[in-house]
Amino acid sequence: MKYVDEYRKKDLILSVSEKLKSISKKEIVLMEVCGGHTMAIHRFGLHSLLPSNIRLISGPGCPVCVSSQHFIDTAMAYSKLPGVIITTYGDLIRVPGSSTSLEKERANGSDVRIIYSVLDALEIAKKNPEKRVVFLGIGFETTAPLTAAAILQAQKENIPNFFVLSAHKVMPPVMKALVDEGVKIDGFIAPGHVSAITGTAIYDTLASECGLGVVISGFEPVDMMHSVLMLTEQLESGTPKVEVQYQRVVQHDGNKIAQQILDDVFELRDDQWRGLGTIPKSGLRIRENLSAFDAEKHFQVEVPESTEPKGCICGQILRGLKTPVDCGLFAKKCTPADPVGACMVSGEGTCATYYKYRS
Amino acid sequence: MKNREDKILLGHGSGGRMMHDLIENLFLKHFSNTILDEQTDAAILNVGSKEIAFTTDSFVIDPLFFPGGNIGKLAVCGTVNDLAVSGAEPLYISVSMIIEEGFPMKDLEIIVESLATEAKKAGVLIVTGDTKVVNKGKCDKLFINTAGIGRVKQENRLVSKALDIQPGDVIIINGTIGDHGMAVMNARESFNFRTSVESDCASLNHMIREVLDQSSVKFMRDPTRGGVATVLNELVDKIQLGIELDESILPVTSGVKAMCELLGFDPLHIANEGKVLMVASEQEGNRILEILKKNELGRKSAIIGHVVADHPGKVVLKNETGGRRIVDSLSGDQLPRIC
Repeated sequence: MKYVDEYRKKDLILSVSEKLKSISKKEIVLMEVCGGHTMAIHRFGLHSLLPSNIRLISGPGCPVCVSSQHFIDTAMAYSKLPGVIITTYGDLIRVPGSSTSLEKERANGSDVRIIYSVLDALEIAKKNPEKRVVFLGIGFETTAPLTAAAILQAQKENIPNFFVLSAHKVMPPVMKALVDEGVKIDGFIAPGHVSAITGTAIYDTLASECGLGVVISGFEPVDMMHSVLMLTEQLESGTPKVEVQYQRVVQHDGNKIAQQILDDVFELRDDQWRGLGTIPKSGLRIRENLSAFDAEKHFQVEVPESTEPKGCICGQILRGLKTPVDCGLFAKKCTPADPVGACMVSGEGTCATYYKYRS
Repeated sequence: MKNREDKILLGHGSGGRMMHDLIENLFLKHFSNTILDEQTDAAILNVGSKEIAFTTDSFVIDPLFFPGGNIGKLAVCGTVNDLAVSGAEPLYISVSMIIEEGFPMKDLEIIVESLATEAKKAGVLIVTGDTKVVNKGKCDKLFINTAGIGRVKQENRLVSKALDIQPGDVIIINGTIGDHGMAVMNARESFNFRTSVESDCASLNHMIREVLDQSSVKFMRDPTRGGVATVLNELVDKIQLGIELDESILPVTSGVKAMCELLGFDPLHIANEGKVLMVASEQEGNRILEILKKNELGRKSAIIGHVVADHPGKVVLKNETGGRRIVDSLSGDQLPRIC
């Protein structure tokens, strides 16, 4: 398959592996931020192709995994209101809230629909003018512009029954927070699709102020190995900087139109991350002039104080401090069929990835 | 172990782990008998001095029409194939319809014609049936149940029992995987993927008969809901050996591969409706491959893996780059990824 096969060529992967082994001397820890990267590393067995002194740890880049328990509980509370249709991307439907999940609420009679694009939610709103349609907005700079575009479209077409519950987040603050917290990281394998929107400058301070290497990477095995090689070259030569490996998609300035739409619709706010707590200016709130589409402004619901599941160490896993195998629940009480924490639900959650590729 | 949920979720019907648990913990608990406990695609019954195979299946597919078929064709193929993989020669089927008030007569006629055409093709007679009409909103357009009876050939009666499977035996499939599930999904979800993915929906009984008459098969099953992964997991559970699959030789069309890449699905979990998995010794395997490839429905047949003594009870997939992963049964509904 074009654009895939050429980036999965075994010879190429092995030659990068050889080169890495010949130049790598220092002990280094690299964090792959994105869940898609974690998946690719395990799926293609890349750990076994790296020298033993290079360690990869997984980061907080799975949107489902980092959405707070409070967000899930709020969505659940909306789903129980009369005349409400909840629209959501697939994975979220199985995330356990404090007491139940959207999947179970659907079985209880709530109208919860899986959609593939936020524009489908707009269509549902248009077709059901007597209902209130809530879209659960999750994800980073990759999915947020789509939500923003849908809100602008709803405003343009005057669709009064379309609302967004935003848990959208931005990437750089959480990466900085992990470094400030003292997590030992020498460099980041940064998410390619985020930078396709934002450009590369968002990581400049990580390199200039924190002395970390940042390589913006694609998602195929050749991309990943190439990114590790680029980071190793930076760190071995003592010249950490921001570089783009994913050049076929990422441009230095990113996508200006998407950036403008994001800025028109959202503003930064302090936001809660599952297991990581509140991180300043890390979330996206709908601007006041568009508050007619903001579910938080429109719906008045009582959401009981959210509780994290007992024994679940998602927070430490999202920080890269522990791996799923360190968790007492992993593959015993917590499995994809019956997940305890969000990291086991999403196909790109660290726990689900470890479960799928366990040996 | 009891069922964890207090209500039925959609995942309970997806053919994967949740459904398996429901069958084990509820249906078998109450219905258990020596015939049912075999849990084969068709029950083998003694009637006088003869043995017959008996099976049933319900069809609730949405949309009713999809590239490569419709609910009528599917309702025949599904039951015919369940009989055929049990080593039986399908003879008679029943067709019961639950129709929603207001359903267009012309659509019903197209579906009925498809039922008739496919039954003729498969060489089975539709000999009994039932019709119910329910109020609008009480069912989704049209549901069909078919049941079927087949004659069991003495020499094939054990083919679904997975006896005498040894390390080194090969796993064969008669063509590309995942076509049905992805064709239906593409039609249902209006993705507008410009792809030629078509359902593989077909009656396999004639092709299977050719194989059974000319070679020795140790196990056969059609990988429908839950896909190849679920059938092979049930097999390794039973035989307490392992299975190793090789990703580089899995037959998957580029359309299915691309859809799976985009949506984050595993083709091994996607439903097929015109495929049969067979296990045979290596020598017989090559012979079976030759027979299959001569048949229209088996042109793209391939040996996709083999039985191993390592990792008993587990199906492992190795890919070209050296990665290995456990292939689990589907654990609930297949959900698309977010980004």
